[in-house]
Amino acid sequence: MTDSNPSFLGRISLAVGTFFRILGDGEFAAGVLRLRDGGVTASAAPAPAPAPAPAPQPAPVLKEASPDAALQLLGLLQRDARFIDFVEEDIKSYSDADIGAAARLVHDGCRATLREHFTIRPVRDEAEGSRVTLAEGFDAASIRLTGNVVGKAPFNGSISHRGWRVEEVRLPKLADSHNAKVIAPAEVEL
Amino acid sequence: MSDARQSRYAIGIDLGTTHCALSYVDTTASDGEKTSQGVLPIAQLTGPGAIDNLDLLPSFLYLPHPDELASGDLYLPWTGQREFAVGEFARSRGAATPIRLVSSAKSWLCHPGVDRRAAILPNDAPPEVARVSPLESSVRYLTHLREAWDHAHPDAPFSEQDITVTIPASFDPAARELTAEAAEAAGFGRMTLLEEPQAALYSWIQKSGGDWRKQVKVGDIILVVDVGGGTTDLSLIAVIEREGNLELHRVAVGEHILLGGDNMDLALAHVVARKLAAQGTQADAWQLRALTYACRSAKETLLSDPATDTVPLVVPSRGSKLIGGSIRTELTRAELTQTILEGFFPQVDSAARPVSRARAGLTQLGLPYAQDAGITRHLAAFLGRQVGALAELAGVSGIAAAENASFLHPTAVLFNGGVFKSPLLVERIMSTLNNWLAAEGAAPARLLEGADLDLAVARGAAYYGYVRRGRGVRIRGGTARAYYIAIESAMPAVPGLEPPIQALCVAPFGMEEGTDAELPAQEFGLVVGEPVHFRFFGSSVRRQDQVGTLLDFWGPEELQELEEIQATLPAAGRTAGEVVPVKLHARVTEAGTLELEAVPRGTDERWKVEFDVRGNANA
Repeated sequence: MTDSNPSFLGRISLAVGTFFRILGDGEFAAGVLRLRDGGVTASAAPAPAPAPAPAPQPAPVLKEASPDAALQLLGLLQRDARFIDFVEEDIKSYSDADIGAAARLVHDGCRATLREHFTIRPVRDEAEGSRVTLAEGFDAASIRLTGNVVGKAPFNGSISHRGWRVEEVRLPKLADSHNAKVIAPAEVEL
Repeated sequence: MSDARQSRYAIGIDLGTTHCALSYVDTTASDGEKTSQGVLPIAQLTGPGAIDNLDLLPSFLYLPHPDELASGDLYLPWTGQREFAVGEFARSRGAATPIRLVSSAKSWLCHPGVDRRAAILPNDAPPEVARVSPLESSVRYLTHLREAWDHAHPDAPFSEQDITVTIPASFDPAARELTAEAAEAAGFGRMTLLEEPQAALYSWIQKSGGDWRKQVKVGDIILVVDVGGGTTDLSLIAVIEREGNLELHRVAVGEHILLGGDNMDLALAHVVARKLAAQGTQADAWQLRALTYACRSAKETLLSDPATDTVPLVVPSRGSKLIGGSIRTELTRAELTQTILEGFFPQVDSAARPVSRARAGLTQLGLPYAQDAGITRHLAAFLGRQVGALAELAGVSGIAAAENASFLHPTAVLFNGGVFKSPLLVERIMSTLNNWLAAEGAAPARLLEGADLDLAVARGAAYYGYVRRGRGVRIRGGTARAYYIAIESAMPAVPGLEPPIQALCVAPFGMEEGTDAELPAQEFGLVVGEPVHFRFFGSSVRRQDQVGTLLDFWGPEELQELEEIQATLPAAGRTAGEVVPVKLHARVTEAGTLELEAVPRGTDERWKVEFDVRGNANA
């Protein structure tokens, strides 16, 4: 899917996913670095030629996601929900009951964090499974058509997922000097 | 109230044992009973260098080690100069380092056994931690609220608004004065004190938007039960009619009971920790705190959902191995019923009284926690003690005290405090009370619905600041105690016996704000330049005593000894050592504090008599 302007939630998931991939995939990290420093987009373009751009169509300008908010959210999820601990732990050897107990804690914490810092509402208020009609000019960013996508609007279909939309973000403000990369400090008991 | 002092906002501050809140009424946008009211989201640190706006400011003060935090981690939006933290960050950081955490400062502020102006908190801190006094920590919470307001409202400086700060109804004159002193030190300009149960009732009145007149009628006696995080506060308010208008009259307040929702969570955590210990898992201090936290939400689930019988509890590991290191257990309904309902709200009869016994669960050192956790027993004692509280109002106002009652019969109940979000606890108190009433042939009391349980006190305080300008019903009643000083009887001394004392009334019951008591006839000799101490008493039941009334004996329930008062006559214009006859004069200030003055014979001079808040050994 090529979204030229992903939704906020989409950007969060992009930021989180990207974050981990940057850590794990050196080549990908290099690509992101080039993207950030050069602003030149798309595939690996090792030598940005000074020649006049022959491109018939200007490349889309990609917004650069600031890592700070993503780091901050990771920090909050770790602090209140032990999110990183949970995901990083090797769960192969544990029973479902043990994992379930921990999941309950992570779920409670994630839910509290999301509810405190975001106002998240369904994109469509109708119940899932109900029939809807999409008039011409519907917002393609908030409604994704699937299945037998032919013809033209109005489209009739049933809602398979209501979607989620973030209405408000309330992240704590951070002091300039704060190092957001430390999402959970090591604890040393004296 | 003179109308010369008009500020745009009437601000109410709930200075709680565990949380503070600030609410305000915009008087320019309010008219009559239609008020425009808001709650200030209080900017505070929620983590190192992270600022968030929360409705509540946890009443915690953290005193960090100089190396503990990076520079800038304690900055606030309005200042880079902070060496301590208050609020949510203080609470969460302090949980792991309790030796640097000041908590329950308000309970220390009214603790008669310690010097409230001395740097004694945290009381278990090692010597290198620079401690603060209970007064100073209150100053810091109030200062933070002022700064947060000023940051959010640069056009309406806090010091120019009308401020109401709430206190427990059971606060003695010394604790009231210390609260007023803290507010002044925090830069509060015009400040008035208001009792928390009254604030809760004001909030209920305001929320009803005029409908309250339909829900209460002349002759109603409203019992306000306010269970906060750390204290339980009881008040009785009568609805009377005077000159054709409904009037609210606060007729009695309860004793100071250091017992609240936090004690319940702690008691549950100990129950679960014992269960874990029986299974061979010993919870350490860190895990016990986590367990207390888990028990709080489990308690809320069980108390609000009668269909749930067990709630799983997970105490997370401290290390990064979450699944492997966590402790799993559960809280059952049987344990909750046993601990909370039977422990804190036992179904007792109206003759029950709190008993002193070995403490269970309430183990924090230093504060004089209530020895009997049974809130219903404290309630029975309060209503029994106040059985005659309506005598003064009888006849004039449609109030009829029941004949041969063994306790005062409330007709309506208003609850306040987060624990009463649980219908089970509300139901338990109502049924216990109604059993008492039925046993004496009285009609059951009604529940006043629609209270805002978390923010009612702050909201009510702001609304009070608004109605003080004459735009709504006010609760009258004045001081809820009469005050006495001890004088030695003119009797020959008997060896081995303390000379008997008499109690001289210096301030009668029910003094309104801004009023003076008359000068008593009795005089005392004060030695110039030397402090003279008087033993000081309060009575919440002797409503008929006037200034100058001299008591030879009294029941143990009638008079409670308070902290000593101390008068010093400066030597200016007199010879040191000279004995000057003075009278003691009492007045209640506009702010709501009691002031005692020594008036030397034949002069207009007035010397302030201080409450001795340095703590005494026998307290």
